[in-house]
Amino acid sequence: MFDFLYQPWPWYLAGPIIGLTVPLLLLAGGKMFGVSANLRHACAACNFGNVEFFNYDWKSAGKWNLTFLVGSVLGGFLGGYVFANPEPIQLASSTIADIQAMGIQDLNGLVPDDLFTWGALGSGAGLIVLIVGGFLVGFGARYAGGCTSGHAISGLSDLQLASLIAVIGFFIGGLIMTHFLYPIILS
Amino acid sequence: MKFTEYLKYLVIGTLFGFILVKSEVVSWFRIQEMFRFDSIHMYGIIGLAIIVGIISVQIIKRKNMKDMHGNPITIPPKDASQVTRYIVGGSIFGFGWALLGACPGPMFALLGSGLTIMLVPIAAALVGTYTYGLLRDKLPH
Repeated sequence: MFDFLYQPWPWYLAGPIIGLTVPLLLLAGGKMFGVSANLRHACAACNFGNVEFFNYDWKSAGKWNLTFLVGSVLGGFLGGYVFANPEPIQLASSTIADIQAMGIQDLNGLVPDDLFTWGALGSGAGLIVLIVGGFLVGFGARYAGGCTSGHAISGLSDLQLASLIAVIGFFIGGLIMTHFLYPIILS
Repeated sequence: MKFTEYLKYLVIGTLFGFILVKSEVVSWFRIQEMFRFDSIHMYGIIGLAIIVGIISVQIIKRKNMKDMHGNPITIPPKDASQVTRYIVGGSIFGFGWALLGACPGPMFALLGSGLTIMLVPIAAALVGTYTYGLLRDKLPH
């Protein structure tokens, strides 16, 4: 009866529910959906060195969003731990072939063990993926003024040209990384 | 903020994190598949999310709807004249998104799924955010 909680959900069901996050937050308190703002709030909460960009009242600006973020961790726990899908992801066969050609061996779970374990920090590729990858996500999201949620979902939902330009940027970077740089990093 | 206020955002966030995992949006494999144009999966999700978002935002705006507290809902416009910031910043974000195979929401949902190693990219993302704050005046926008 609860099988659907363990199974992956099809894109045509998941997409609209993710889209509903935008009106839910607007109706809940006039809030604009955007996850990466929380990284700025966290920096503002510490603000070593009194950097001007982090000099604002993060509590009144960000408490709701940080709470949303705690919920996302909890949702990840429910979806990926309590009701984890035991089967490998049904990927396109061409993707599997390309990933294996880059040297990735583990195709189980949500992420490959080759890169996402504490032991992977001992390898050059693991270090680059986890540390450089994370750094660029944080740096780029703030430079662009938002991430996938803030620009691709929220911004495009409000038909913002700025967000369309940012999403084009996301794909320029993502395509160069996937097709030209990733094979070098893993070799 | 009252307790019920926190609870509201906690519940919406939980729903969001749960769906990110169930739809496999959090998966490094799915991001690889997306940037290789091998499947409709990610495009279908993002596309339908945007369509639902556009329709709901239009309804909220045209009906001048108010939020649960009775306050008018206003969405601040983004300044599209800062093209450099969106293209350069966006591309840097894209490098990170493809490299890590996760954007900010999925980083935290994956942490919740039991992948404690995600604390490393989360810490790195905080350093990245802080670095932007430090360099902001020197960067072209």
